[in-house]
Amino acid sequence: MEISGAFKNAGKNLKRTGKQIRKNYAAYLFLLPKLILFTLFIAIPVVWAFVLSFQEYRITESNIFAGLDNYKQVLESEAFREALLNTTIYTVVTVPFNVITALIAASLIHSLGRFAQNFFRAAFYLPTVTSMVIIAMVWRWMYNYEFGLFNYVIGWFGMEPINWLGQTNSALMAIIIMQMLIPFGVGIILYLASMSSISESLYEAATIDGANAFQKWVRITIPMLTPSTVYLTLLSTIGSFQVFTQIILMTGGGPGYATETLVHLIYKTGFRDFEFGLAAAQSVVLFLIILVISVFQYRVLNRRN
Amino acid sequence: MKKRFSIQKTITYLLLSVAAVISLLPLYWVFSTSLQLKSYQDEDLERPTSYVNANPPKMFPVGITEYFEHWGKARDAEKIGDSEQEAYHRQVMDNIVTDMFSGFRQLFQQNSMGLWFFNSLYIGIVVTLGILLFDSMAGYVLAKKRFPGRNFIFWLIISTMMIPSQVTLVPMFIMVRDLGLMDTHWALILPDLSMVFGVFLMRQFMFSIPDELIEAAKIDGASEWKTFWKIVLPLARPGLAALGIFTFMNVWNSFLWPIIVLNNAKLYTLPVGLKTLQDANLADFKLLMSGAAIAAIPMIIVFLLFQRHFVKGLTLGGVKE
Repeated sequence: MEISGAFKNAGKNLKRTGKQIRKNYAAYLFLLPKLILFTLFIAIPVVWAFVLSFQEYRITESNIFAGLDNYKQVLESEAFREALLNTTIYTVVTVPFNVITALIAASLIHSLGRFAQNFFRAAFYLPTVTSMVIIAMVWRWMYNYEFGLFNYVIGWFGMEPINWLGQTNSALMAIIIMQMLIPFGVGIILYLASMSSISESLYEAATIDGANAFQKWVRITIPMLTPSTVYLTLLSTIGSFQVFTQIILMTGGGPGYATETLVHLIYKTGFRDFEFGLAAAQSVVLFLIILVISVFQYRVLNRRN
Repeated sequence: MKKRFSIQKTITYLLLSVAAVISLLPLYWVFSTSLQLKSYQDEDLERPTSYVNANPPKMFPVGITEYFEHWGKARDAEKIGDSEQEAYHRQVMDNIVTDMFSGFRQLFQQNSMGLWFFNSLYIGIVVTLGILLFDSMAGYVLAKKRFPGRNFIFWLIISTMMIPSQVTLVPMFIMVRDLGLMDTHWALILPDLSMVFGVFLMRQFMFSIPDELIEAAKIDGASEWKTFWKIVLPLARPGLAALGIFTFMNVWNSFLWPIIVLNNAKLYTLPVGLKTLQDANLADFKLLMSGAAIAAIPMIIVFLLFQRHFVKGLTLGGVKE
């Protein structure tokens, strides 16, 4: 009795769902083009990447099950360890610096008049709309040993010229300095937008209590901007772990492994050596690293409130 | 009190101005180097062989000041009727202009810069139009319609936004190769059209469109498509503008995937062309910066024209939940 009742119910539900689907066929048609593209070029490749990472897959031989061999090889290789270390150093230095300077810049801009706000916002966002290819090319020129702008500028302070990109001990530093000096345009714009939505009454109350501008900034502005800070930190950490364009155009990962990064290594493994299985395993590891860091950051940064 | 305020303001302006100079200096350096005199020789003066490779670096394109110097001298010669001197200075002026723009000329004559520019432009436009249409269709029904599987589809799409795009590089390469799309523009356009950020953005935007308008259209007997095309899309224009600009920017600047699938120099987009240009002319910085300048100008213009849409797109896209 019970079983047949359950069947009857299930049948009814199914029928109702079927009716709903037929009634809303237009909605599915609207979704169809995007869903097809999404399935073909995102969903299938993502699943396939995981499958590939367990296979030995090269140009000539393919589909050989390899178990965890690829992962073992990834974790044991010196190149991967160097790439992971470099990418981590790069991220740990540049992300906090860029988020904090964006916060300071936005706070300064916010206190200005409308025209000045627009001007500085544009000045800081312009490098972000310019392709990283262009930025990397001009920085390579500015880091030039003989005629570069950088060595000229440090000459003012009595320093000897440095072969920025050509030496093991300065190449990664050069890439990091470059990232620090490119303003975090997205951050500045998002901070500015969030700042204008902080209620004026909070500041008025603080003024009555005798708080000065700096106290208000620390006690009101920064806490109220926490959601933006969390978002921007996540966003730029994820972006930072994917650093590639500067590397291939400025150093090629060298000298040695001095500026090797995770994505550049994936590129080399996959499309210079055509070790598809290995490259897939490297990219899965990259994904897992980014996932773990994102969850961790989200938890830590959100704990305060 | 008043005085302290103005000191604060001065310091603010000073700090921001220094930062703005640092921010814009690389772009300035692209344009300055691209116009710098390179091989031009003038018998009158002692010159280095190249102002591009000068130590200390020339902060301003030398040709511009020299051009006006000779222009003045030519005018003076004209006044006193010295036609020989005048012709000489006019000739120098021509030489200066030729030398200043020699990088650009070389790019268009010896490399396929014009073709690369065109490729980038048309791929950017095709992808942008496709994304605007498909993503607003998807965003519209995900925001405004109730149907079985709606939440599942939305979360499925959104969850892949967390996955770094490099994960799909290898499978996509194998797929594109097996489909015979290697070295075609389809290999760029199709994956670009599948980007999902716009679905999320348009769905957010569609929530702000009042249901009553959609209901009213339905009561008037408009078909689903007509309602979407005539009522919803016009109302979504600000969202479309923001999405369109970001899509075009992403496609115009995209680099990693194009360098993997394009081998034929005729099919290159600008970033790929610039990379091969650098690989072939590692130390010719005037040439490299000329190429960089050409690639930079369109985005700078788009940005200056549509600044507020950039701001809108960024604030819409920022998750604030």
